[in-house]
Amino acid sequence: MLAAHVLLAAATLVIVFPMLYAVQVSTLEFQDVFVFPPKLLPGGAFADNLRRAWEKVHLGRLLANSAGIAVVVALGKICLSVMAAFAFTYFRDFPGKTLLFLAILATHMLPLPVRIVPTFQLMHDFGWVNSYQALTVPFFASATGTLLFRQFFLTIPPALSEAARVDGAGPLRFLVRILLPLSVNNLAALFLVEFLYMWNEYLWPLIVTTSDEMRVVQIGIKMLVATDAQAEWNLIMAGVVAAMVPPLVVLLALQRSFVGSISLGQEK
Amino acid sequence: MEGRFPGRILPYALLFPSIAVIAVFLLVPAVEALRLSFFEVSPFTGRGTFVGLANFRELVRSDIYRGSLSVTLLFAVGVVALGLAGSLAVAVLASLRLPGFGVYRTVLLWPYALSPAVAGTIWALLFDPSTGPVTVLLRAVTGLSPNWMMNGTYALAVTVVAATWKMLGFNIVFFLAGLQAVPQELREAAQVDGAGAVRVFWRITFPILSPVTFFLFVMNSLYAFFEVFGLIDVMTQGGPGGATEILVYRLYQDAFIAARWGIASAQSILLFVMVGALTLLQFRLAGRRVVYA
Repeated sequence: MLAAHVLLAAATLVIVFPMLYAVQVSTLEFQDVFVFPPKLLPGGAFADNLRRAWEKVHLGRLLANSAGIAVVVALGKICLSVMAAFAFTYFRDFPGKTLLFLAILATHMLPLPVRIVPTFQLMHDFGWVNSYQALTVPFFASATGTLLFRQFFLTIPPALSEAARVDGAGPLRFLVRILLPLSVNNLAALFLVEFLYMWNEYLWPLIVTTSDEMRVVQIGIKMLVATDAQAEWNLIMAGVVAAMVPPLVVLLALQRSFVGSISLGQEK
Repeated sequence: MEGRFPGRILPYALLFPSIAVIAVFLLVPAVEALRLSFFEVSPFTGRGTFVGLANFRELVRSDIYRGSLSVTLLFAVGVVALGLAGSLAVAVLASLRLPGFGVYRTVLLWPYALSPAVAGTIWALLFDPSTGPVTVLLRAVTGLSPNWMMNGTYALAVTVVAATWKMLGFNIVFFLAGLQAVPQELREAAQVDGAGAVRVFWRITFPILSPVTFFLFVMNSLYAFFEVFGLIDVMTQGGPGGATEILVYRLYQDAFIAARWGIASAQSILLFVMVGALTLLQFRLAGRRVVYA
């Protein structure tokens, strides 16, 4: 048992060390990054490093952009997939149901790279290049979300909606008043997954934004890395810390429901 | 039909936003990509000339494209093998429910929150040829001090390590959930029958885990193929000499640097064939055994 404990602790350390080291370097003065042996205690330069990184690539604006699009996309995906899953599970069969379900599933097979040129052309035709619409609207549909909620709705006893129906509640009232409060865990889990997905998106913002004030924080990291001959690691890591704290906070706040919804799925 | 609402219009109205987004931003562009793949598009006028299968023929014959394909396969094999083996090992340890289990589980998930670009930047720091801890450690032990990013094999290995690390948390959480589904009685019964821990793992735990393993195999493959553009862009930009130029990076170069939209679309179609094969495989097995959130 002790051996297992030591092994697990060692493995955990290996997994977490890179993040801790990034934080450590973000607190050092430029010349202290290069000393040997490496400094193991945090220095006092974090605020200064962050300020310089902030000014160099307009980090504040980039963080706000990333947060904005990640929240909007996560909420958009939640709304659309709740509506779609509700239509699939709580109505008598309607013509085209299977076809529409397959269309939503098909999104799994169409990641951005397999349609990148025409999607970009479309943004151009819409006049959406370098706009917030381009960074959000194309992401609103979610097969993952639709499947997640459909699966969850199917576990809810039909007696519940039957009772609502007998009491004269319409479908939308049932959805908002009864179903959504029961879905809090799944709503949180999907928000987490989609927030992280959008916060971490790189390729699409790279091609669809053209001005500095529309960039997202992931591209900002690249701009920090790319600007100098000798990498100013303390500065870059200050940017990295700024880019990884918001998703970590969201993860810490919501991971219970994420882990919960995984075990829910595995049990069936 | 108990508990279902009547309604002719409402279900369509509820589905309309999803279907509209999918049609406009996914299905139509995908079909358009197929059409464009048969054209040579001028970067200057934007006008297309029908060339049949010439784009595909050029790709199949191109050393650069074939090189990029083998880099991608090597990269994916590395990420999937290293990632699944490593995270399964950690998950099995964590599933022993040692004291402090909750802390481990929280911390192990952290890298999942990071982007491939951030993961790449951190690992570029760790492997920095002069000050990176990995380099320093290696120099202290062996006296060698390789310039990782100048050597194709090393550069590919370093990007694989970075990409694998980012997925470990995700994999571990799914393996842990799967391990909880393995009946304790079954393991104990096998132990009573004299099976050792290793035997119990391979004969009982591993087969019961196979749906999770397969699900993670597909997810990690899709990740390695399609989601590591940022990591490559930050760490190596495909270099040195194309040694880390995965297919999506090549596609980006042809589409948005060289503006060769016809041949870029042909690459999209080839990628679609690959993602299609992986997804169909997933659905075939998912229908039977694998259920995931």
